[in-house]
Amino acid sequence: MTETQPRLQAHSPEASAAKARRWGSFYFMEHMLRSMRAYAVTIVVTSVGNPLLYLFSMGVGLASIVDRSPSAHFAGVGYLAYAAPALLVSSAVMTCANEMMFPVMDGFKWRRVYYGPHVTPLVPGQLAAGHVMAVGVRLLVQCLVFFLIMLAFGAVRSPASWLVVPIGVLAGMAFGTPLMAYAARIEKENFQFSMIQRFIVMPLFLFSGTFYPLETMPPAMQWIGWISPLWHGNQLGRLATIGLMEPVWLVAVHVLYLVALGLFGIGWARRNYARRMAA
Amino acid sequence: MAGARTVRPPVISARNLVKTYGDVNAVDGISFEVPAGESFGLLGPNGAGKSTTMRMIGGVTQRTSGELSIMGLDPEKQGPEVRAHLGVVPQQDNLDEELRVRDNLIVYGRYFGLSHSYLAQRADELLDFAQLAEKAKARVDSLSGGMKRRLTIARSLINDPRILLLDEPTTGLDPQARHVLWDRLFRLKEQGVTLVLTTHYMDEAEQLCDRLIVVDKGKIMAEGSPSALIREHSSREVLEVRFGTDRNAAVAPQLDGVGERIEVLPDRVLVYTDNGEASLEQIRARQLHPITSLVRRASLEDVFLRLTGRSLID
Repeated sequence: MTETQPRLQAHSPEASAAKARRWGSFYFMEHMLRSMRAYAVTIVVTSVGNPLLYLFSMGVGLASIVDRSPSAHFAGVGYLAYAAPALLVSSAVMTCANEMMFPVMDGFKWRRVYYGPHVTPLVPGQLAAGHVMAVGVRLLVQCLVFFLIMLAFGAVRSPASWLVVPIGVLAGMAFGTPLMAYAARIEKENFQFSMIQRFIVMPLFLFSGTFYPLETMPPAMQWIGWISPLWHGNQLGRLATIGLMEPVWLVAVHVLYLVALGLFGIGWARRNYARRMAA
Repeated sequence: MAGARTVRPPVISARNLVKTYGDVNAVDGISFEVPAGESFGLLGPNGAGKSTTMRMIGGVTQRTSGELSIMGLDPEKQGPEVRAHLGVVPQQDNLDEELRVRDNLIVYGRYFGLSHSYLAQRADELLDFAQLAEKAKARVDSLSGGMKRRLTIARSLINDPRILLLDEPTTGLDPQARHVLWDRLFRLKEQGVTLVLTTHYMDEAEQLCDRLIVVDKGKIMAEGSPSALIREHSSREVLEVRFGTDRNAAVAPQLDGVGERIEVLPDRVLVYTDNGEASLEQIRARQLHPITSLVRRASLEDVFLRLTGRSLID
């Protein structure tokens, strides 16, 4: 025991419970963010390295060929500026997908991290919410870094272009939270996550109007874009950074679709967390 | 003990507690009370329903029926309030291995809404208590099993709980690590913390528990202090004799009349008696010569065997 300083007292259990009821999600977010420090180097390297690689290859490599073609038109801007916001949104979606699969399995099964707070005043729904918030913080930082690098590459055209940062977070969550709810139901991971990476995330990345307008795809394949949160995010991102012209109703559809998916995902995840942890 | 219990109101009170999974009654009508400051044990084999009972007390599993009150609160209706009173040491360690040893305590304390300044001080106190001060900055995965267990116990004390629930606290630890842990738990008991622990180790129950219930198949088989249970359900001494695995059962009828009672196990025969040496003489006088013999004091293992006809650890 340390006797050199006055001994502080824990507040009462009643005060603990009241604080946990109110701030429990934030307490778990704090825990998750501290855990992320263990792989902070990876986070920083991917946050900075990804945009550099993508923008360099697109801006210097692909764009130099595409922009020379007289028939190419990308919303009246160069190819780099056209692709950049979509690459930001894609990277947010991919990061979110990762953060909503493996760490969830880790929480429930591999290292059972969720079962520590489970016996404290927190309730399972707060663990789901805290997890989402912590991933949200990570996405925010990642999208901000990506945006700053886009600025450095001269890939933005509009004063409202910073909006691409929250749009990236929103699109990531629209895809990530339903995945989180699904991951919370998995008892045994039999490569479901790598299947999702290969057969859902990658095709969405390729067919959601990331590299070229969705309309250039055969009509029979355009539906992939319509249901893909990535396409809706891509279009909103372009609206923000290069002033892409779209009817107001379609802009509203993009926003509502992403918000609805995100809310559905969080609601479903909270329910699955509560069910699994009460068993 | 009985007199003291009537003075102190129960901090935990369970009446006809039932938990059903499908068709199986994991807990089948258990009733008990734990007064403040008591060290109370649930002793039974794996699958007896001990952990399920603990989870119901901790408010993380809903009961199927019955009444349960912790500090006068219903854990199902006031889960966060009940859990704020408790420290919980789960059967399986679930420390965050991505965090350093000390950070595990800080993060956990935040769940109780405790301030960083309080937690900084408390974490250092608890690391001292758990004899882990030197490991404060170590990674959790570098700790031994016994150290992880002590860290889990330190973590459960972060909110200064008056009730500590310990589910199989020393399972999987080597004897030395167990003794260190018992010593720490004994200190908590001296500080007036109410301990509720499950165990399938009879020596642990004898060391730590003022009173215990013997649980089997979800039901209470007996209740009392370890010494009272031994007095009530066993003789003072037990003579263990071995005649060889294939002969034990055949020899047993010839031991009729030796001691108070005979129990035949696959590897040995137990003779319950008040005088082990005298009983051994009787056996030898019948020209039966065991390969080995051992006289020992009766333990809770014998109580369990008597009550259920089975061994605690199969």
